[in-house]
Amino acid sequence: MRPRSGLLIQDTIQSGSRRTFNMAETHSLQDMRQQAAIASKVFVQRDYSTGTTCQFQMKFLPELENRIDKQQFEETVRTLNNLYAEAEKIGGKSYLEGCLACLTAYTIFLCMETHYEKVLKKIAKYIHEQNDKVYAPRGMLITDPIERGLRVIEITIYEDRNGGNGR
Amino acid sequence: MSAIMVSKKVLRKWEKLPGKNTFCCDGRVMMARQKGVFYLTLFLIVGTCALFFAFECPYLAVHLSPAIPVFAIVLFFFVMATLLRTSFSDPGVLPRALPDEATFSGPRGEAANGNVPAGQRPPPRIRNVQINNQIVKLKYCYTCKIFRPPRASHCGICDNCVERFDHHCPWVGNCVGKRNYRYFYLFTLSLSLLTIYIFTFDIVHVVLRSVDSGFVNTLKDTPGTVLEVVVCFFTLWSVVGLTGFHTYLVSLNQTTNEDIKGSWSGKNRVQNPYSHRNIMKNCCEVLCGPMHPSALDRRGELIELALAPVPIPASKNNKENPQTTKTTAPLIPNEHTPDDVKSSIAPETEGDVEEKLSPLENKPPPSEPPTPPPADPAETTAVLEEAF
Repeated sequence: MRPRSGLLIQDTIQSGSRRTFNMAETHSLQDMRQQAAIASKVFVQRDYSTGTTCQFQMKFLPELENRIDKQQFEETVRTLNNLYAEAEKIGGKSYLEGCLACLTAYTIFLCMETHYEKVLKKIAKYIHEQNDKVYAPRGMLITDPIERGLRVIEITIYEDRNGGNGR
Repeated sequence: MSAIMVSKKVLRKWEKLPGKNTFCCDGRVMMARQKGVFYLTLFLIVGTCALFFAFECPYLAVHLSPAIPVFAIVLFFFVMATLLRTSFSDPGVLPRALPDEATFSGPRGEAANGNVPAGQRPPPRIRNVQINNQIVKLKYCYTCKIFRPPRASHCGICDNCVERFDHHCPWVGNCVGKRNYRYFYLFTLSLSLLTIYIFTFDIVHVVLRSVDSGFVNTLKDTPGTVLEVVVCFFTLWSVVGLTGFHTYLVSLNQTTNEDIKGSWSGKNRVQNPYSHRNIMKNCCEVLCGPMHPSALDRRGELIELALAPVPIPASKNNKENPQTTKTTAPLIPNEHTPDDVKSSIAPETEGDVEEKLSPLENKPPPSEPPTPPPADPAETTAVLEEAF
């Protein structure tokens, strides 16, 4: 019988849908997530000035000032914005996909991935790579916006320990 | 010396989602709670088509053309596919904000300053954004703890914020929003066509038969026809009207919600900032635009761990796998972990937890797990709630 007390850990082993996580993490990321305490979280908000397309604000948040330079941060957000723009692009290819899907009564998506899903995989890969190369060495981690409903880019800032890299 | 006995229960994320949706097929299907009217829709469509195939098709296939039942089957298949797609898919639900995000992004300070009388909500906070030279107000949703994106609205029936919220349709048993609007539109369009098709061929069938055997005898021979005509007659007015209305909305790139509220009615020079001012472009965007993914990972797995301390003899076990020494790492939240860390030990840690679990589970427990330590049950629920 399972004891009633328990602690819930939320963990995504594998999503049955399109988001498959890269399980092999670098040593520094593992260390940081295991042993560093979270100092704070910042949230990069959506930029709605061009409409409902998914774009994030390039505004450099004050909490990040000590941790990363503006250009690096803006570069990350700009690339993400470009990737989302690519996913949501309305043009010949998306029309073709839409019409073909309509003709098959959308059953084609039982065996095929949508263009958006393909780009989301690219985005996940990019974020992982950025975390590895840029953010983890500075004691931060970016959460994929799809985990937050494409509302925010969540950046978790970890406490500095022994120079900011965790043990 | 003691170790931790872990028993693992695997849940899917849909089991812990807030909101008033029902899920079927292990999270693959997502609908509203009240499904009665949806079953009625199914019954009417399947029933009427069954009658058509039983009574009309044999006669018409022989006397007119075999293409008639074939086209009816194609139409029926299309109607069912779009209906099920509309009813079973995620309409574009926005996941609720976790506590950290709610604090950071939400309206701050009002309640804390004591400006609000006890028991009353602070006035709704509004954020203004400029979209294509129009000021659009974003309202704060107290249930979901987010500022709603433009065109999003909170559905009271499903208790979720839905992007590009159109309306909650009881006939399909789901909300109609960004992700399933095109399927809804195609459903109404194809159902209109199917209704007109069946109605027309019912009349043709009755006329052709009456020429041979007289009107009254025809009705006696094919009682199903009468039923079909009645259903189709009433359906025609409502469904064709609805299709016409939605065609109008699609051409203007508006939602039913916006239309009802008169958001872009033109008063005070307010115009729809989302419209491309071109009917073709609007139609293409709404019907052939990108297929947005669901922000709810319904079928992702959650592990619920039950931890209990188990005394073990001093053993060689620790030498086998050095990772057991890491069980004291704050990865596994306990009563000393600050609250905000618990909810954030989230999707990132998959690989790590799997590694940790196996050495622990492989240890044979010397006995049944002892009674749980006090104070934990409250904490369990606290952590569970915190997560959302």
